[in-house]
Amino acid sequence: MSQVQWLRSENFQRMLWPVMALVCILLFNFFFTPGFFHIEIKDGRFFGSLVDIANRAAPVMLLAIGMTLVFATGGVDLSVGAVMAISGAIAATVIRPDYVKGILEYGDVQPLFFVLSIPLIFSLLAGLWNGLLVAVIGIQPIIATLILMVAGRGIAQLITQGQIVVFIHEPFQYIGSGFLFGLPFPIILVLLTFVVTYLLTRRTGLGLFIEAIGANSIASRFMGIRERLITLSVYIFSGFCAGLAGLIVCADIKAADANNAGLFLELDAIAAVIIGGTMWGGRFTIFGSIVGTLIIQSLTTTILTRGVAPEVTLVFKAFVIILVALIQSEKFRRIFSSRMAGKKVPAS
Amino acid sequence: MEQNQMDQKNVLIDIKRVSKAFPGVLALDQVNLCLRRGEVHGLMGENGAGKSTLIKVLTGLYPRDTGEILFEGEPFSLSSPQEAADHGLSTLYQEINLIPALSVAENIYIGREPMRFGRIDWKQINGDASLAIRKLDLDIDVTQPVSSYSVAIQQLVAITRALEISAKVLILDEPTSSLDLAEVAQLFKVIRKLKEDGIGILFVTHFIDQVYQITDRITVLRNGAFIGEYETQKLPRIELIAHMLGKDPETFSLEVTTGKTQQEKTQTGQTLLEVKQLERKGSMTAFDLVINKGEVLGLAGLLGSGRTETARLLFGIDRSTGGTIMLEGEETVISSPRKAVSHLFAFCPENRKEEGIIEDLTVRENIILALQARQGIFRSLSGRRQSEIADKYIKLLDIKTPSDAQAVKNLSGGNQQKVIIARWLATDPGFLILDEPTRGIDVGAKAEIQKLILGLSEDGLAILFISSELEEVIACCDRIVVLRDRKVLSELSGEAMEEANIMQVIASKDVIQ
Repeated sequence: MSQVQWLRSENFQRMLWPVMALVCILLFNFFFTPGFFHIEIKDGRFFGSLVDIANRAAPVMLLAIGMTLVFATGGVDLSVGAVMAISGAIAATVIRPDYVKGILEYGDVQPLFFVLSIPLIFSLLAGLWNGLLVAVIGIQPIIATLILMVAGRGIAQLITQGQIVVFIHEPFQYIGSGFLFGLPFPIILVLLTFVVTYLLTRRTGLGLFIEAIGANSIASRFMGIRERLITLSVYIFSGFCAGLAGLIVCADIKAADANNAGLFLELDAIAAVIIGGTMWGGRFTIFGSIVGTLIIQSLTTTILTRGVAPEVTLVFKAFVIILVALIQSEKFRRIFSSRMAGKKVPAS
Repeated sequence: MEQNQMDQKNVLIDIKRVSKAFPGVLALDQVNLCLRRGEVHGLMGENGAGKSTLIKVLTGLYPRDTGEILFEGEPFSLSSPQEAADHGLSTLYQEINLIPALSVAENIYIGREPMRFGRIDWKQINGDASLAIRKLDLDIDVTQPVSSYSVAIQQLVAITRALEISAKVLILDEPTSSLDLAEVAQLFKVIRKLKEDGIGILFVTHFIDQVYQITDRITVLRNGAFIGEYETQKLPRIELIAHMLGKDPETFSLEVTTGKTQQEKTQTGQTLLEVKQLERKGSMTAFDLVINKGEVLGLAGLLGSGRTETARLLFGIDRSTGGTIMLEGEETVISSPRKAVSHLFAFCPENRKEEGIIEDLTVRENIILALQARQGIFRSLSGRRQSEIADKYIKLLDIKTPSDAQAVKNLSGGNQQKVIIARWLATDPGFLILDEPTRGIDVGAKAEIQKLILGLSEDGLAILFISSELEEVIACCDRIVVLRDRKVLSELSGEAMEEANIMQVIASKDVIQ
């Protein structure tokens, strides 16, 4: 019976630790960073550190949503940072097609629909490429997506001809810096993606299939689950999320920087998914990944507002991530608690 | 008089009363084995007999708990497989441990390359390698990559490598399982040659025919216990099989009834499935099979006889290379498990853990998954419907679990098996394949599952029942198809379904058509 209780708390614990870590960071700020929780309303818009954290975390949250599903199937998508760069580069090129030829005048103002849909279509194609390599050809996910991770940034540079394409396009900029219902638009976009993904995976059979494939792909195939198709779709979805994140970054800085857009963000997304408690191959929680992203971002913001040198930020981040990952490890907890309880051998 | 002393001198390895326990299982219980110079010694036993544990203890992969091992008369204890090689012990596993991209010569000398002036002496490597290869009467280009040769040649290259490292004892763990007839013959030629050179060979296989072709003596293990050591020529096949299955050889070897093997079939119900000359090259010889509604058809045979291969072919996991399947009179191509499921097939695999349950998911999710898979992604079962289905089958099959939210990995083997059966019953199947559904399950749960099978067939379900336990097959089945060495040998029904008859068919040298 004790096993049941332990199990009941397992699902609970999976969410407990990330949320607790986030609460700890926020509590720290509550006591030591003046004005951290202060939220101002100006012109019907919310301003403050908390809103700022969520807004800055938005691109990684989108990546993490896609990455969560990829992770659950037992894969990983390293290419999301590069896909962000591609998506931004295409968007900028759609707005100023002649910029790379040295023509600085704008032509006709491109309709927002094209500025959004063309980059997203290419992001879907990037995801399809990854998915084909993994699900159909059967290449190890880490290798398969490494290809686009490296090549993707090159593709983005080809599109922008190695230049930073700056632009002005009011409707498009709204994606990165607009406000809706008083909140920055990227946050709204994340909320929307989260809700849609949640409904799509948890209100249909899809989430269960993804978990089944990740936990035991052979058994899943024997049950007639379309394991290839689902794996393929998951990578396509991850590409889509990356494309969306790329648009936010591009619209926010009003420029496409093929070199730096989304650089190393795939690593933040992976860290967020792991911190959030998604298993590699099996159970996933999108909410956990969102919390994981918030942990990383609030940590970064905290470090910066505390005046720690930016060079040390990464070390700090690494330390916290290792700590959270260790706490999540059942084995570590067992060893740790048995050590604390006078070196008793844990019953297994 | 001097015979005994000679024997003593000839003994290479003498394993005496070796035991090895794992948590909860006694894997080896007082096992003896005596391997002499220049003999091929068969090590036989069904699943869980302890063959691989014995080899691992011998080669130092596992430490033994009790007992002793003498090597050429000296007490001998290994702590690692490396030491085994130093003593002249080489093991070849079923999967060939060569590096496919490297040349034959490189594979033979990898890790011990002859050096000259501080660099590898390729001339010598290639020269030595072709000499070594020629010792096995093999003539191949040693500079070509290993992957360019057939599995049989690769097997021989692995043997060459083993012999070059050390050449006193060679342990072959199912070396022939992926070879065709000609390749087996080639391998056996080499084994006979090595035997003449005085090498002791321990040969593990499932193929009865091959044991009689090549071995001098046989040691039989069953459930970790030592059953006996026999001279191959003096051991009738039927007795060997009886020893492996744990039957009394006295009663069976005498009452041999050959005439009863073919009987009039009393067919009940309509034909559901008719299989004609279905085959898969390299894994199953062409066979015919008829399965009727409301009937339990048993597949009997030893491990590796083709029981599981048959099931995998019928369920579309392996593609057939020839033959047809008629489903209710219509020709049907079953090219994937998904197709099979869409035709209301269901399959409980032998490998419960790897292919059956999804450990991390709950009992409820495991039960409803197959049904949900058939319904597709968007016609999702509501939480309440899921619980209803799960509860229904937990009650019906008496699955012992504290709740349907329990992770399946925390259930006992028997209950896990019931969860898989429940999963398929929830899809309301027409044809159920059960591959060793009672393996590793305690006696009580076993009886329950057998009862369940009979109940299901009375409800009109067609069932293909695979088991290595003959009593069970006889008790549950209406007809029994007997297999050996990936061939369907014969079909028994009614009175003829006796253990003696089944064993007789398995032991028979010629295929009874």
